[in-house]
Amino acid sequence: MALLEIKDLQTHFFTSAGIVKAVDGVSYTVEQGETVAVVGESGSGKSVTAMTIMRLIPWPPGKIVGGSIMFDGKELLDLSEDEMRDIRGRDIGMIFQEPMTSLNPVLTIGMQITEPMLAHLDMTEEEAMAKAVKLLGMVGISEPDRRLAQYPHHLSGGMRQRVVIAMALACDPKLIIADEPTTALDVTIQAQILELMKNLTREMNVAMIIITHNLGVVARYADRVNVMYAGRIIESGSAQEIYHNPRHPYTLALLKSVPRMDVQRSAKLDPVDGQPPDLTKLDAGCSFRPRCRFATDECAKSFPALEEVSPNHTSACFEKNNLDREVKALAK
Amino acid sequence: MSEAMTTRRNTRTGSSEGFEEVLVDVRDLKMHFPVTDGVFFPRVVAHVKAVDGVSFQVFRGETLGVVGESGCGKTTTGRCILQLEKPTAGEIMFGGVDITKLNSKEMIDVRKKIQVIFQDPYSSLNPRMKVGEILAEPMRVHNIIANEADRQTRVRHLLNVCGLASAFADRYPHEMSGGQRQRVGIARALAMDPEFIICDEAVSALDVSIQAQVINLLEDLRDEFDLTYLFISHDLSVVRHICHRVAVMYLGNLVELADGDELFENPMHPYTRLLLNAVPIPDPTIEKTRQHEIIKGEIPSPINPPSGCVFHPRCPSAVDNCKKQIPTLREIKPGHWVACTEV
Repeated sequence: MALLEIKDLQTHFFTSAGIVKAVDGVSYTVEQGETVAVVGESGSGKSVTAMTIMRLIPWPPGKIVGGSIMFDGKELLDLSEDEMRDIRGRDIGMIFQEPMTSLNPVLTIGMQITEPMLAHLDMTEEEAMAKAVKLLGMVGISEPDRRLAQYPHHLSGGMRQRVVIAMALACDPKLIIADEPTTALDVTIQAQILELMKNLTREMNVAMIIITHNLGVVARYADRVNVMYAGRIIESGSAQEIYHNPRHPYTLALLKSVPRMDVQRSAKLDPVDGQPPDLTKLDAGCSFRPRCRFATDECAKSFPALEEVSPNHTSACFEKNNLDREVKALAK
Repeated sequence: MSEAMTTRRNTRTGSSEGFEEVLVDVRDLKMHFPVTDGVFFPRVVAHVKAVDGVSFQVFRGETLGVVGESGCGKTTTGRCILQLEKPTAGEIMFGGVDITKLNSKEMIDVRKKIQVIFQDPYSSLNPRMKVGEILAEPMRVHNIIANEADRQTRVRHLLNVCGLASAFADRYPHEMSGGQRQRVGIARALAMDPEFIICDEAVSALDVSIQAQVINLLEDLRDEFDLTYLFISHDLSVVRHICHRVAVMYLGNLVELADGDELFENPMHPYTRLLLNAVPIPDPTIEKTRQHEIIKGEIPSPINPPSGCVFHPRCPSAVDNCKKQIPTLREIKPGHWVACTEV
């Protein structure tokens, strides 16, 4: 059984401008110990999906209106707020984008790392402090004893993100959700942090959902990839399949838009035209249709379902089997 | 380089000979910011050496990339060229004149020729002005087009050149997306008919698909208006795509400068090598076989930079001498400059 199984999840925001369907029928699974990436551009719903799994959607204006989240055999949407609180920070750890704002500036590092252990595990303060020292050592922070008494402003951005990772790992979670964990960091620090996360999750057999817009990060670290657009997953598969055999025009377009450091200065990029859609004004058809080069009349009638292209590779596109020429051109 | 590659480059640059006329010549530029202590009687206790002796040239028609991590001094270098900072030392020659010596009146003429595109399309446009007013203002201030109707014609033309409909002139920035705002920022830079544009992280805040549109626009404009860019960015993939030559900065120093393809295929400075190594490539097959050598430690404080070579505490090939001797930029191969004694 999968560790996490999301089915037809729908999270809508009821705003004065209309209903924003931020997450509109998302399904995916995460197996024990694997790293799954969710990629997409701003507003595609990747962060809202993560917040929905943690049930951290603020009402008003947001509401989980449908679907199911099975985690470790439990339906998270049926749990009471108290039961949910037991899961957050214990079974599911979270790493946010902004290491500057995700730590409390007026509490010491020690207090913040020990907090989840004191809340969730039967630990005395001394035991928690001892474990905190061990955790800080694991995430590569020098002189961990001394750091416990320090405040976040004493640390650099990279060091703060290491503290956040230590907090996420404190209660030996089964799953970590990392929402753009390195976007705010410099590229050399990003490499340090991602390498650390990869090694720790592997050692401790923790599954990870990594949410990012960086296609390079996905290629380096993810086992499986879900591509999101306008609140839906439009393609899903192994990293190899998604990058070398994309079967959705949007995935194809993303791969053609991204400049690559290993390619000589050459011809123009081939970007998708137009803008992402307004989520309050979606119709019944495929939401990528206005920007799509392969769109047919059929695309306006209904939203294509995620269907298998090959084993473990699905795409939500009526034209998914007519993209051969473009895929071959991409390989060149 | 393959033949196809060469011809493709030629069509992009318009010449196979490269660029010869020096447009901007930065000589030993230093920008030290004072750190003060005390509220009522502040005294200078130290200096942040944001830029510490940087020299490079920008040739007319080329795009020179300046890359490096936060705090390496790339933005400060750009701000010094724009004369938004008064450099501590050094010369900035623009079209043969040292602009650091000009007074504010003399500077007005130069400002028309040097424009800037900022990173954040949300904070770099005045939220209370319509797009048309934002674009017309510099023309009015510099009295380039005196007649209001002519100015409006030019505003519409600029919008169209940057891929926006004329109707955007009547909109406010908040009615536009990030990509559209960045196009307005580019149109504003073009309003003065500049020769030289400093792009400070101009595409860094944009999503992948929008970023590609804006990169293409910047390239088209470069060819159409014979522009010269100083392209400041931390994104090495974008720099590789758009820049003819690339300068790498670390802690206020220029550590390597070379032709784009040469720098990315044959990096010589240990910092450049590790920096390139850290950039993930969007291809899982390549990533599997690629060596992931991780740079250790963090960037030291620019208030009290390390002795000798500023990179030596993190450098895998450092020797004892690196703690003492400050490396100077040497030309190792034609056009390939490296500041490392061990190369």
